[in-house]
This record gives sequence, C-alpha cells and structure tokens, in this order.
Amino acid sequence: MENVEKNQNFIVRKFVESTSNLGKSIIESVDGLGRFTRFILRFFFWVFKPPYRYKLFFEQFYFIGNKSIFIILLSGSFTGMVMAYQTYFGFKLISVDSLVGPVTALTLAKELAPVLTGLIVAGRAGAAMAAQIGTMKVTEQVDALEVMGINSIQYLAVPRIVAATVTVPMLSALFLFIGNFGSYMVGTKALMIDEAIYFQKIGEFMFLEDIWQGIIKATVFGFIIGSIGTYFGFQVTQGAQGVGKGTNMAVVWGMISVLVLDYFLTSFLIHIL
Amino acid sequence: MQFENNAVSIQNLTKTFGDHTVLKELNFDIPKGKITTILGFSGAGKSTLLKHILGLTKPTSGSIHVLGNDLSKLDEVELRGFRQNFGMLFQYAALFDSLSALENVAFPLREFSKLSKEEITERSAQLLESVGIQKISHKNLPSELSGGMRKRVGLARALALSPDIILYDEPTTGLDPITTKMVNDLIVETHEKNSNREMTSIIISHDVKATLKISDFVAFLDRGNIIEYLPAKEFANSTNELVEQFINL
Repeated sequence: MENVEKNQNFIVRKFVESTSNLGKSIIESVDGLGRFTRFILRFFFWVFKPPYRYKLFFEQFYFIGNKSIFIILLSGSFTGMVMAYQTYFGFKLISVDSLVGPVTALTLAKELAPVLTGLIVAGRAGAAMAAQIGTMKVTEQVDALEVMGINSIQYLAVPRIVAATVTVPMLSALFLFIGNFGSYMVGTKALMIDEAIYFQKIGEFMFLEDIWQGIIKATVFGFIIGSIGTYFGFQVTQGAQGVGKGTNMAVVWGMISVLVLDYFLTSFLIHIL
Repeated sequence: MQFENNAVSIQNLTKTFGDHTVLKELNFDIPKGKITTILGFSGAGKSTLLKHILGLTKPTSGSIHVLGNDLSKLDEVELRGFRQNFGMLFQYAALFDSLSALENVAFPLREFSKLSKEEITERSAQLLESVGIQKISHKNLPSELSGGMRKRVGLARALALSPDIILYDEPTTGLDPITTKMVNDLIVETHEKNSNREMTSIIISHDVKATLKISDFVAFLDRGNIIEYLPAKEFANSTNELVEQFINL
C-alpha cells in the first residue's frame, strides 16, 4: 500500500516537473521571439537614419559576397550536374528525357539556388556575424560604442543585415547560372541530350516569374540570416563560452528559418506570381 | 557632501530590476574639476550607478543632472549627442580589435569632429604620444600591445573629443604593480593637464591604496547607497565599520 502511494507521488511529481519545464520553455520561446521582433523593429528605425556608413556596408558586402563566391561556384555546379543525372535516369524510364533541362532549371531557380545559397551563407556569414558581434560584446567594445554616443544596432547590425539582404540574391543568381551550366554540360555532353532540344524545352517551360520567385526568396533569406546572425551576437553573455553558444544558435536558427520560410514563401508566391 | 559647482548631481535615485533594488534613494553630488572615486564591494551597484551617469540606463525614480542637464528630459538622439561630453576608460580598455592604435583614437574624431583626414591623423598621433605611446606602436593592433599600452591607448581615445567628464571603470584591475602605478600616475597627469578646463574624473575602483593617493574625494557605495563620502585624506580615518573593514582588507 505504502509502495503504491510512493509510486503515485513519484508520478505526480514527475508530471508537475515536466509540465513546469514545458511551460518554462514556452515562456522562454515567446520571450525570445518578442526580443527578436523588438530587435527587427529597432533595425527598421535605425536603417533610415543618418549617418549612412557606406564603408561598413561595402566591407560586409565584400565579406559575404566575394568570400562566398568560390563555395557557391563549387556547390552550384555540382548541384546542377547531379540534378541532370538524377532527372535523366528517372525521365528516361517514361521517355521524357528531353525535359531534363527545364526541370533542372526550374528546380534551381525556384528552390535549390535560393535555399542552398541561404544555407551556405547562414553557415558561413551568419556564424561570423554572431561571433564578431558576440566577441565585441564580451570585450566591452559594444559598450564603448554606446558610451561614445554611437548606436550599436546602427553601427554593427544595419550594415550586416543590409549587406546580407543585397548579397544573398546576387549569390543565388550566380548559383542558378552555374548550376544550369553544370546541368547543361552533363545533359548535353555526357548524357547526349540534343543541345537544341535542351534549350528549346527550357524556353517552353521556364518563365521570368520563376526567376523572380527565386530572387524574392533569396532576398528574404538574406534579410533573415543577417538579422539572426546579428541578433544572436548581441545576445551573447559570459565570455568565450557565450560566443560559442551565440554562434551555434545563429547557425542553427539561420538554417531552420531558411527551410521553414521557404515553405511559407513558396505557398505565398505561387499565388501572387 | 555639497559643492559649489557639481558635474553630476543625483537626487533620490532608485533603480530596481524586477524585485531586486540595486540603488536605493541615492543622493550624491560629484564636484566639477576634481577626481572622485566610488569604492564598493562587488554587486554594490557601482556599474549601475555609472550607467545612470552616462544615461545608458533610466532610473526607476529620482533624477540625474549632468553638467546642469536633466538626463530624464533628453530623448535618445539628444542623449547620444550629450554623451560626447564623456570619455571612458574601460576595465580592459575595450579597444576595437580590428583597428590599429591610431585608428582607435581617430575613431571618435572621425565620427563626430569636422576635422580633415590629415588633421584627425595628426591629432590622434599627438594624443597617443601624450599618453606615452611611441610612434612605432601607432600602427599596431590591440592584440599586439601589452595590457598597460592598451590602457594608454584607451585613455587617448577617451580624451579624443576633449570630454568634460572622464570615467575610469576599474582602471587597475588585473594589472601588475608597476603597470598599476603607471596607470594611476597617468590618471593624475591627465587630470592635471586638463585642469584648466575643469575636467572631472570619476573612478570606479576596488583599489583602496591607490584611490586614497590619487583622489580628491572618495565615496563608498554599499547595497545601493552611499554610506560614506569624504575628502580622500579624511576617508582613510573613516569610523564607518564597513569602510574600516574594506580599507583594512
């Protein structure tokens, strides 16, 4: 009898504990979302206010853009090549292998170019943004800016977010171009699809709206990656460990946001474009 | 203590974070043109008080007047402009690690002054030399400088805009005795050099011995309130039990 009562108490205690933990994590998530929203609103407040620090923008533009080009070229070309292979052998079974060109081009334009570019930039530049700002935070460099009367959001976050918003669609366009080139090379040179048919079918099935869809997505991804990277940088506390945690969070949430937003943007853009 | 001419005047300042009260009905005047040190145990509210003086934190109640301006009446943009009256030397100097020593000092001038590029470089070099940084180190990054040199560069940066108030946050924490002496001498030297324009120096410190040597006035903050505030010479003989305990630690 006593054992049964003990077991019951244990179960009740565990239930209360897990419910309270669940509640705590829900409150923390809502709190975090609220702080992130406030951060975004502060970005929009400061982005239009002078002084406009073009030099800082171009530094970030160079860092995100130029330094990502090689990775984009490499991953873009191989993505296009593998897409051509996969679709060719599938399509050959139902004798529509002439559609390899448009299927690859459409998939790259609408999905793969913006999403993979977003993931690459989130992993590379998003992490770097969080680490740079986080290190500045723990070494009081952010405080030094504030004491001098310089708004740290305007000085550190604005150039990075704007640069990411501008650069990611450009990198995505490059990914699209090089991906198609890879697909063309494999399709026409290795798989012997007729070159004229390859291009004719792309012209038949692909429209400007498809490219726009990718550019809009990439722009949103750039904005969100920049915002998340800088936000987690500003959230850093507790020295080197905090910087590591902030960087990790920036990468994880940057990548998750790209994938989740991709679904919502697709369902929205399909209706308006 | 009351003074004829205050750089900072705090009345009934209370600051609470949730249920925790950090500063309680604090009344505190800091005289213009003098070196005033605020001593206190960790967690006494020194940093919070410093943030209030800088206008980085808003009080829960009470008022802060700095150089005759009521900080609560300034909006965010005005406050940012007002902060150019301050220079601050951080505990670990807080130099921008991607900029050289010279660029660090030039930074506030580039942001706020109307000087030409050449004039900014010249003025920054002068400032660096005035705190004892030789020309050979001007292009060094903060990571290439010693702790003492970083403090000097930090001080030169704090002085760049000729501030009316200079704040030192734990200026000697973590330094060896020789560098500590050098930093303390530099504080006095800087203060004397700027005495003609009545620059006020405010130091937050744990270092009792140095404080008594270099300060004009010393205040002791405990659990959100100033429990002792005396001229430095008298502070050493304070009869307050806690202050005595702190001095004799």
